[in-house]
Amino acid sequence: MALARKTKDKLIQNFFFMMALSSIVALGLIMVYLFMEGVPIFQKVSPFNFLFGSYWYPTSDPPDFGILPLIAASVAVTVVSSAIAIPLGVMTAIYLAEIAGTRARNFFKPVVELLAALPSVVIGFFGMVVVAPFLQETFDLPTGLNLLNASIMLAFMSVPTICSVSEDAIYSVPRELKEASLALGATHWETIARVVLPASLSGISTAVILGMSRAIGETMVVLMVAGGAAMIPTSIFDPVRPMPSSIAAEMAEAPFRGDHYHALFAIGVVLFVFTLVFNIVAAYIADKHKQVGAATL
Amino acid sequence: MEMTQAIPKTAFEPEKNANKDAGRHARQKLMWGLFGLSSIINLAALLLICGFLVINGLPAISLSFLTEMPRDSMTAGGILPCILGTVILSLGAMAVAFPLGVASAIYLNEYAAPGRTVKIIRLGIANLAGVPSVVFGLFGLAFFVTFFGLGVSILSGVLTLAILTLPVIIGTAEEALKSVPQTYREASLGLGATKWQTIRLVVLPAAMPGMLTGAILGLSRAAGETAAIMFTAAVFFTPYLPTSIMDSVMALPYHVYVLATAGTEIDKTRPLQYGTSLVLISLVLGMNLIAILYRAKLQKRR
Repeated sequence: MALARKTKDKLIQNFFFMMALSSIVALGLIMVYLFMEGVPIFQKVSPFNFLFGSYWYPTSDPPDFGILPLIAASVAVTVVSSAIAIPLGVMTAIYLAEIAGTRARNFFKPVVELLAALPSVVIGFFGMVVVAPFLQETFDLPTGLNLLNASIMLAFMSVPTICSVSEDAIYSVPRELKEASLALGATHWETIARVVLPASLSGISTAVILGMSRAIGETMVVLMVAGGAAMIPTSIFDPVRPMPSSIAAEMAEAPFRGDHYHALFAIGVVLFVFTLVFNIVAAYIADKHKQVGAATL
Repeated sequence: MEMTQAIPKTAFEPEKNANKDAGRHARQKLMWGLFGLSSIINLAALLLICGFLVINGLPAISLSFLTEMPRDSMTAGGILPCILGTVILSLGAMAVAFPLGVASAIYLNEYAAPGRTVKIIRLGIANLAGVPSVVFGLFGLAFFVTFFGLGVSILSGVLTLAILTLPVIIGTAEEALKSVPQTYREASLGLGATKWQTIRLVVLPAAMPGMLTGAILGLSRAAGETAAIMFTAAVFFTPYLPTSIMDSVMALPYHVYVLATAGTEIDKTRPLQYGTSLVLISLVLGMNLIAILYRAKLQKRR
């Protein structure tokens, strides 16, 4: 009887273990299938020419499969959006974790969460019908659908990520560190700037990397507002075509298992590798510099 | 450090020191203003987007808009098939992802001993959460649509969305399990219950409300997702309502995209675009608000 109970419990534990492996299995399958559908393009174009070729004309004859303009566009929107999102996200996190009273906190935290919940297609739509005409008129541009517009919209998508992860990091700074600083006569701001922020730097770095990873992989926004020109941008007012928008826009027209189809999957591989690296680095920083207590500083 | 030098000065130059203090406090005020301002910018962005859609979308909303099929190549009529499609896809995704996610969380929180295996599983979950939605779309196309031959169908979309929402479910389910006091488990085990009995009869009932919050969040995430369904489940237009899980469907987010970028008359259908967007954000933000309020209530009770 007791043995049967034990065996049953062991079986159940194994069942849950299998379930827990589902995420790993899914991640593995994603990798395998992306590679399987993407690699055949390298029979037509070498990996080097694919990554560093500066012409993306997949439908002309003969086609050009160089994705450098797409990579450059992705990097550009990510960098510009980070320039907006990092200060905004970290400052909001400091406000929520250090300054806001209970009531303000209970109000602003859901605001950030709702911002995170806005569907990307709606943000893209807003960028198209409101921000684009505004930019076009203000800066007298040929089109408001450009790098800057996409970056602004992406910034508001990565702010919630940056904010909530940074807030956790700031929150977990040991109380005695702050108290020591305040007791020495430092103002609250001096304590934040010289004690709290340095102590939570690894958490904030993780937040920033996760935010950037969100921005580089975001699809609908760049598809709708980035302008779609596959050129290496030279100004923030240039229309661009980041990697996700190329995949989303062209997949419907690409002949099944043709060169173009395989090339789009290969772009998916590149995009996947970008976000994988971001996420592993973020996990590494979070793990390596875990804030355990005052003693770790 | 500064203080050791400042202390003797205080005795002789009280005025100068008071000035310096005033400067420090003014600087703090300035920074406080900046931090408050950045929070307000977030609020402004949220209100601007929602307000804009409410003002422009409300006139388009009517009973017939919500209950009719699109007409005249989608330049008139309603969005019933899109609402239906989105509801089916997100409920379906939760039906798959919720049990799987909760089971994963149970393993991680209740059974697993900390070590290499758990670390790898957690890294896998974190990376799955970071995969771009368009990559999920590509995967769904290659795996479910092509390899399993499911075609562009509700089933393909549901399975793709289920994988996409899995990390959200696991995260919230684990949070919920962690909040169950250890004493509950000890009491049950002390009475002679097995581990599984303890989980099933004590831990899960206590954690269920928190897990449901996660299910609502997953539902809203799936409902707002576009790129993951555009190659796997959603179509530009279909004159029929779905009758089986092998049918393709229209969906709210994809409909917004299609009308706004590829419709026959983009300007003429603006009211429809606003209306559809409003329905979408009401659905998504409504679910999130429910989850947030429910969670606040749970925390108060504890």
